[in-house]
Amino acid sequence: MNALEIKQLTKCYGGGLRALKGVDLQVKQGDFFALLGANGAGKSTTIGIIASLVNKTSGSVRVFGHDLDAEPEAVKRCIGLVPQEFNFNQFENVFDIVVSQAGYYGIPRKQALQRAEICLKQLELWDKRGVASRTLSGGMKRRLMIARALVHEPKLLILDEPTAGVDIEIRRSMWAFFKEINAAGTTIILTTHYLEEAESLCKHIAIIDKGEVIESTDMKTLLEQADEESLVLSLDRPVASMPEIAGCRMSRVDDSTWLVSVQKQTGLNVLFAGLDGAGITVTGMRNQSNRLEQLFLNLLDGKRS
Amino acid sequence: MFNKEYRVALLTIAHKEIRRFLRIWVQTLLPSVITTSLYFLIFGTLIGSRIGKMNGYDYMEFIVPGLILMTVISNAYANVVSSFYGTKFQHNIEEMLVAPIPPWVILTGYISGGVFRGLIVGLLVTVVSMFFSDLQVANPLMMLLVFLLTGILFSTAGFINAVYAQSFDDISIVPTFVLTPLIYLGGVFYSIDMLPSFWQKLSMLNPVFYIINVFRYSILGESDISVVSGFAVILVFIVGLVLFSLRLLSKGVGIKN
Repeated sequence: MNALEIKQLTKCYGGGLRALKGVDLQVKQGDFFALLGANGAGKSTTIGIIASLVNKTSGSVRVFGHDLDAEPEAVKRCIGLVPQEFNFNQFENVFDIVVSQAGYYGIPRKQALQRAEICLKQLELWDKRGVASRTLSGGMKRRLMIARALVHEPKLLILDEPTAGVDIEIRRSMWAFFKEINAAGTTIILTTHYLEEAESLCKHIAIIDKGEVIESTDMKTLLEQADEESLVLSLDRPVASMPEIAGCRMSRVDDSTWLVSVQKQTGLNVLFAGLDGAGITVTGMRNQSNRLEQLFLNLLDGKRS
Repeated sequence: MFNKEYRVALLTIAHKEIRRFLRIWVQTLLPSVITTSLYFLIFGTLIGSRIGKMNGYDYMEFIVPGLILMTVISNAYANVVSSFYGTKFQHNIEEMLVAPIPPWVILTGYISGGVFRGLIVGLLVTVVSMFFSDLQVANPLMMLLVFLLTGILFSTAGFINAVYAQSFDDISIVPTFVLTPLIYLGGVFYSIDMLPSFWQKLSMLNPVFYIINVFRYSILGESDISVVSGFAVILVFIVGLVLFSLRLLSKGVGIKN
């Protein structure tokens, strides 16, 4: 069964803006799905419609077989939403926010208290349960929204830029947590501007641009489309010029740092053999940019041109 | 229609609303008690003694029901308009929109908060009024019923105001320019018999006029209008505003894109 099935979804805002122009999407049960796009591409509108925060203009949305128009409450029970903006009551304390959310889903108070405790402990917020939410740090506020979204044990978790503005340590621990709940059976849809995040977490990906899905495939297939790898090499000494190596392009960053683009069919062995032959020693190497990032930009460029 | 999940959701919203105004009781409960005490002192005791009888009652006795009800109206309205607008403003209305709660549960939850605040303030002011007048309640059950219906009516009106409000200014404009004139011209301080014919007829369009008269009847056993027609008008207004509010919520006016 598909966790999510969207057909010909359109949204026209007042003023004539067509935010979605017939979006089709399928997310399989148990998937970790990335929905990527530039700002204003239509990601948040799509998520807003799925989560009943935005009224669609036309098209259909089904969540675990439930139609949004015919069974809106069944759809809502399946979904947990972590929105992009902080949307909890800044004056309420952390525990009350999560317990109230459970109450909105009809979970009796005794059970709601237990579930809130579990979620807050999972997200390492239990010590903060009595403090006003406005006093939390940015990372804690994000985790509070995750705890709130999980309190009714949704089958589909939608994460709209969940790690925006969060430091790398917390981001990594959040990634581990998302992987854990996905492994436990929760389907996850993720939007993010950190493409490294999507690449490391997601199994399938859709790219949306100007209200249309321009790519929807599995992550492995998409990454295989990358035809070259860009590497930044650190050398043991300054080098004025680099040797010509077939299939590789070199450009100087500074005397001891060079940017090398290697075509996929060339292979890195050829590069290193060429450098070795010229007596150049590489002391360090890193990717210039994330592979997905490059593909994402290529796809957008290709579509727009 | 009213399953267990809805009941839990309704209790959650109502509990949250009641907890909110009790937590800030200095802002929500106390001001009305102080203001109304001043009304009792100045209009009732000091000026009232020079006015003489109104419809056969001391002026103080005549204005007490209207003043009590005025606090119920303004508190029920203020509770819902400020709370629901605050919820919209902070976007935490989304917590309810994503949950499987039908519009009538959301509306009833907010109305419960408004009614409860109106009831508490109304009872506090009633107790205070006993220090200024020899208040004898002719029909206590009817008095509570009017408290309840008034709370529902003006909580719903406050809800509609909050749905349309785009800024904090918008939630104070209606109480200042609409609600206060309706209350003052609804016969709190005078009997409709004192007005010229045209203004008497115009007063009949004011819902507050009916509420105050029905409430006055519950306390004094005396009213400018028939109590049955008064209740009928109040119920018509309640049904109309509730249906309109449910429509706004179902369509997501002011809360959904």
